Amino acid sequence: MNLPLATVSKVLKFSCVDGPGSRLVLFLQGCNFACPSCHNPHTMKLCNDCGDCLPVCSTGALTIVQGKVLYDPSICEHCDKCLDICPINANPKVTQYSVDNVLALLDQNKPFLNGITVSGGEATMQLKFIIALFTAIKANDKLKDLTCFIDSNGYLPEAAWKTVLPVTDGVMLDIKAFEGDLHSQLTTRSNERVLSSARLLFEAGKLHELRYLLIPERTDTAKEIAELSRFVGALDSNLPLRLNAFQHHGVQGEARNWPTMKQPDVERIAQDLRAAGLSNVVTPAVYI
Amino acid sequence: MMELTKRFKGIAEDPGLSFAQKARYLSLEAENSLPYPELDEETAKALEERVICDMYEGHAPFKPRYVMPDYSIVLEKGSTYLELDPATTLDEAINSLTIAYHHVPSVTNMPVFIGRLDDLLLPYCDDVSDEDLYKKLELFWRYLDRVLPDAFMHANVGPTDNRVARTIMRIDAELKQIAPNVTFIWDPEVSSDEIFSQACQSIIECSKPHIANNPLNQPLFDEYGYGIASCYNVLPLCGGASTLTRINLREVARRSKDTADFFENTLPKYIDLNFRLTEARIDHLFNKSGFFESFLVKEGWIRKDRFAAMYGIFAMAQCVDELQAKEGRTGKYGHDETANKLGHRISKALYDAVEARPIENVWRGKAMLHSQAGLSDDDGCTPGVRIPYGSEPDPVSHVQALAEHHAFYPSGVSEILTLDETVENNLAALKQLVKGAFSQGFREFSANISNNDLVRITGYMVRLSDIAKFKECGGSRTNTTVLGAEAADKGKILERAPRVMSHELAPRYSQ
Repeated sequence: MNLPLATVSKVLKFSCVDGPGSRLVLFLQGCNFACPSCHNPHTMKLCNDCGDCLPVCSTGALTIVQGKVLYDPSICEHCDKCLDICPINANPKVTQYSVDNVLALLDQNKPFLNGITVSGGEATMQLKFIIALFTAIKANDKLKDLTCFIDSNGYLPEAAWKTVLPVTDGVMLDIKAFEGDLHSQLTTRSNERVLSSARLLFEAGKLHELRYLLIPERTDTAKEIAELSRFVGALDSNLPLRLNAFQHHGVQGEARNWPTMKQPDVERIAQDLRAAGLSNVVTPAVYI
Repeated sequence: MMELTKRFKGIAEDPGLSFAQKARYLSLEAENSLPYPELDEETAKALEERVICDMYEGHAPFKPRYVMPDYSIVLEKGSTYLELDPATTLDEAINSLTIAYHHVPSVTNMPVFIGRLDDLLLPYCDDVSDEDLYKKLELFWRYLDRVLPDAFMHANVGPTDNRVARTIMRIDAELKQIAPNVTFIWDPEVSSDEIFSQACQSIIECSKPHIANNPLNQPLFDEYGYGIASCYNVLPLCGGASTLTRINLREVARRSKDTADFFENTLPKYIDLNFRLTEARIDHLFNKSGFFESFLVKEGWIRKDRFAAMYGIFAMAQCVDELQAKEGRTGKYGHDETANKLGHRISKALYDAVEARPIENVWRGKAMLHSQAGLSDDDGCTPGVRIPYGSEPDPVSHVQALAEHHAFYPSGVSEILTLDETVENNLAALKQLVKGAFSQGFREFSANISNNDLVRITGYMVRLSDIAKFKECGGSRTNTTVLGAEAADKGKILERAPRVMSHELAPRYSQ
């Protein structure tokens, strides 16, 4: 059998911001959106082995063998110059994980965990791996009480969601914008699939949390907030809605010139949404 | 003598000290003008070079370092010496305790242990309404902070789920005082999930309580049980600790040619010298000071045969890194498997050596190894077996790196996990982290919720290069320097000692 491998840009053994409780997080490389506001633009694309990053690697952690860029994590000093120079927003510092690799990692950290979250990039671009992984976790006596969550931009089509939901306990879904043109500008894709994913996940009882990134003058307008309020209210006014605030951390390119979202404005919008009947609006614990 | 009177004058006229702080420093200077308990030349030299250390406890030990009275004696039987009748109401019980605290000495002259408060007070609470209980304990808490302002004064509650423990943790989270410090003793067989949740929620709100792992601590003690005092000492109740001495492991490593020399020669040598220092100090306390003639012994608050000798170590991180360098290896303590294993091996060697040596006038005839929290001037040495502050890995890796040490330190491991404030929204994550740490052998769990400047809000990653850049430009999100500069202009505010001090950290006048 041809077992799927995941291309992983990073593993966190402890996270308290990626779903309920304490979670191990796998960040999968590659995304089908190209948001200028992305905090981790180096997770967007898969490496095309151009080798432009080799000259800036001072420790020799990056090499090219038979046309393939190879990475040796043991000598990498994480200066990230390779990420800065990459012409296509990819990441040479990825590791291939098999399902068994991840099961071993979970086993080793099990006493500390409530579950696992696959994030990205856009995790669902490696759907076959996610299905294999979550299925294996649920079949494993030692690991089956860990919950399996996905953090997604919602671009996955309905039929594909239906293949992964039976082994998925919950999804955190991002909605970037409601007005169609604005969504296209902010993500390079239309939002029809995202909105129907939200409805589908809600109907399936798997929508753990909706997330909305507030960007001044773009997604914080009265019209967008009214749409957000209407959309969430139509699903369930108790649905957890997490407002995120656009900051410059990690952002590259034109969006570095966009203004950042300030706490008083986030709190004002949160109040408006609560006044409109949404009972579970969460605002950031910190602003950086 | 001129020199000495100059120092006295300096303290007496220091505008930065309160009169109580002056009185304390003056008494320390007076004690330290006496000759030191007699030490052989080699031990005196090691002390002088600070390879071994007496925590500046003073030249004439006339009281134990930590006294852990059985306060139930004064509550149930009263005190002839203090002319107190047995307590019959909650008011009388709290009143007797507040009186008792003033007669319990310690290294700081303030009580470092104020009792397992729920055990002590519950018998007096039957007819007390929830509202009255809250009000009385709130006033008690205010009294403790204002009258006994030492950050190391320690209260214990748990492991049972009861009204007093719940109310104390609620008040503690609301008042957010520095004193007293609090430990919740957790036992999965006894503690309810509700009270465990309350303790974790309280950590989120005020970084207190510490949580102690009862199943690991209880078996080391007898029917009198144990108490937790100061930072972070697990000691026999109805007794305490006579003394705390410690070895600076970095200095031992520096004096070693390589790892083999360290284990075969230098470490055993300094272990022996630190024992001699301990014995000299305990001899003075037991045979010269007259302390055990006190009413505390006569009335049964403490027993002479229940005082431990705490045998401390610190700078494990620097010691391991030093030895790694001598072996030509680069892996750092806390991050590298080989370095971590070397640390565990050192802890085991220390434990075996301490267990192998009988010592007089000490509870059960053996000293108790202790991972010691440090003093304010430890010259770049990391407390106990901790990973250097600012270089800690993620909390799970952190616990995994250190868990194996805990079994070797029966009198406690001072350890603090720094957590991002994002945990404030995720109580379940904190609970799981505590349970995970305990399942791996942690004796106690202390967390500090920090305003970390580089936290993950949600979804994305913080890159190590960001952290490096951030450190280079010296940025800080919570900028308090403007406020500080303003205050500094208006007088010597920055030079004034705070009202509530960590007296153990400042055992001498340092001007």
